[in-house]
Amino acid sequence: MSVPSFSLRDSEGEDRTFPGERPALLCFVHRDCPTCLLSLPVIEAAHVGFGSRMDVWVIAQDQDGGAKLREEHTLSVPVLDDSELEISFASEIETVPTVIEFGPGGEENRRFVGFSATDWKRLFSDAAAATQLEAEEPDWSTFPELRPGCGSRSVEPGIVERLQARSEGSPLRARRIEVGSSVDPFEFMFEQGLCDGLPVVPPTPERVLRMLEGSRRDPQEVIAEVAPNYAPLTVEKVAINAVMAGCRPEYLPVVLAGVEAICAPEFNLHGVLATTFFATPVLLVNGPVRQRIGMNSGINCLGQGNRANSTIGRAVQLIVRNVGGGRPGGVDRATLGQPGKLSMCFAEHEERSNWEPFHVERGFAAEASTVTAYAGGAPTGFMDQRARDARTLATSYGLSLAAVSHPKQYSLGEILVVVPPEHVDTFARDGWTKAQVREQIQSASERPVRELARDPQCAEGLPEAVVRRLGADRCIPKFRSADDIALVVAGGEAGKFGAYFQGWIGSGGSAMTTREIGE
Amino acid sequence: MTDPELVILDPTDERVPVRRALAARPSALEGTVGLLDISKPRGDVLIERLEERLRERVPGLAIVRYRKPTFTRPAPQDLRRQIAEECGFVIEALAD
Repeated sequence: MSVPSFSLRDSEGEDRTFPGERPALLCFVHRDCPTCLLSLPVIEAAHVGFGSRMDVWVIAQDQDGGAKLREEHTLSVPVLDDSELEISFASEIETVPTVIEFGPGGEENRRFVGFSATDWKRLFSDAAAATQLEAEEPDWSTFPELRPGCGSRSVEPGIVERLQARSEGSPLRARRIEVGSSVDPFEFMFEQGLCDGLPVVPPTPERVLRMLEGSRRDPQEVIAEVAPNYAPLTVEKVAINAVMAGCRPEYLPVVLAGVEAICAPEFNLHGVLATTFFATPVLLVNGPVRQRIGMNSGINCLGQGNRANSTIGRAVQLIVRNVGGGRPGGVDRATLGQPGKLSMCFAEHEERSNWEPFHVERGFAAEASTVTAYAGGAPTGFMDQRARDARTLATSYGLSLAAVSHPKQYSLGEILVVVPPEHVDTFARDGWTKAQVREQIQSASERPVRELARDPQCAEGLPEAVVRRLGADRCIPKFRSADDIALVVAGGEAGKFGAYFQGWIGSGGSAMTTREIGE
Repeated sequence: MTDPELVILDPTDERVPVRRALAARPSALEGTVGLLDISKPRGDVLIERLEERLRERVPGLAIVRYRKPTFTRPAPQDLRRQIAEECGFVIEALAD
């Protein structure tokens, strides 16, 4: 047992370094321990008596660094901040108070725990001899002979493992949970409420360390605050949830960028989660990372079967649940929800597109890899198997999209439309740009006010006053702006079937957010 | 736990939720009542009616109207502070 050399800040902001050149008396305490509070006047008396020739210090384990201790007890003795508990841990303090006395060379002369009048009296007389000072001793008759101490905060469950990991240079800081041998770990994780309804991979330290190798970022870097609880999210917590979701380490940078995207203020995760509507993060991956980690942008890319697609989206949702605290029935108030709330992540089939990749359209370099988060509903399919030219095909897109949410609900915000390769070819044959497709969608889906008015058969639609103001013949576009129509290429070679993810509300809701994937 | 077989790392934020005591409930309806419209369609209909009924039943009550900029996000902190400073009561109306 020894006390390492240290430098700790006292409540006056001064750094106190141990060992110094003078004898020292270190008293480890915390405010919740009655025996510590009982000992404080004695420690104070030692400081008043010997402080001019001896470093008498209180080392406070409290989270406030001992500020309250000083406030509540009139103390002149320096109170050092060991709220991180590193010095308490390294000094193997198991009980508070622990009082350790050192000679001028830093050698440990005496150590006792709890309150012991005998030990204190001896300490006072030895210190008086060593320092040649006459100290005024406390009135010992007002103190008990012996009082046991309390547990040191540095050995509390959960904390000791964290300090251990830190002292061993492990990058892991998360609380360690021991699962007894008689307990099925998979059932245990369900019982703890950590799952999304499907079993998860137990995040053992070994698996999490392996996962962390997938990124160069510091495991303790806080990358975001996750709604609804706005909890700080470290790379380590992302890795833990990525393990649970079934990710491979090389997916970790994609998960990190995905979480950064959904936690951006403009994405408004809090609202996306809290709404009774269907919206949930739909993640779209672009750039070289798609091939590197084997994502599916082809056959059945919105469906099951690809590990990267399935587990990246799942990891992001698990983070919202476990770190953000967003759970169905809690802040998640979805009336029906949808299967994409388990996981919805796919890649653009850039190689099969006649247009520039979606991330390039959004201002990123072609060689960059990105995740785009969009608050969308479940994919809804539509078809056109007959069109052989771009205009009639885009018209079908418009007619299909006219039904989004409700045929009489107009002036919508963002919409994400997935264009399959066969449709890409039809648009390409006529050399149509995305802008042309968007415009045709707008013109095919626009409706005169008269058709959008409420009527005896349908209560949804424009109220009479609005109809009067706009005029019955005026045409209203389905989407407020053609730019709100995001066109993305994905899907298998065969099949003239597209899909759209309906948006949430228009302005003030959620905005599509893209983040570059780092290393 | 004795005989640990497996150690897993906590995937949660490890934070214990802060429990705050409720403010003391006033014994009588007097002073100022805030009516907060969260900006959902037809929220104003409900608020109007509430104000009407309050004026009928508790004459002399001061009523102040507030409005969230959008229902999609939590009320801005300044608005919350303003309501807390100006009112003894607040009624928040949700509608669709």
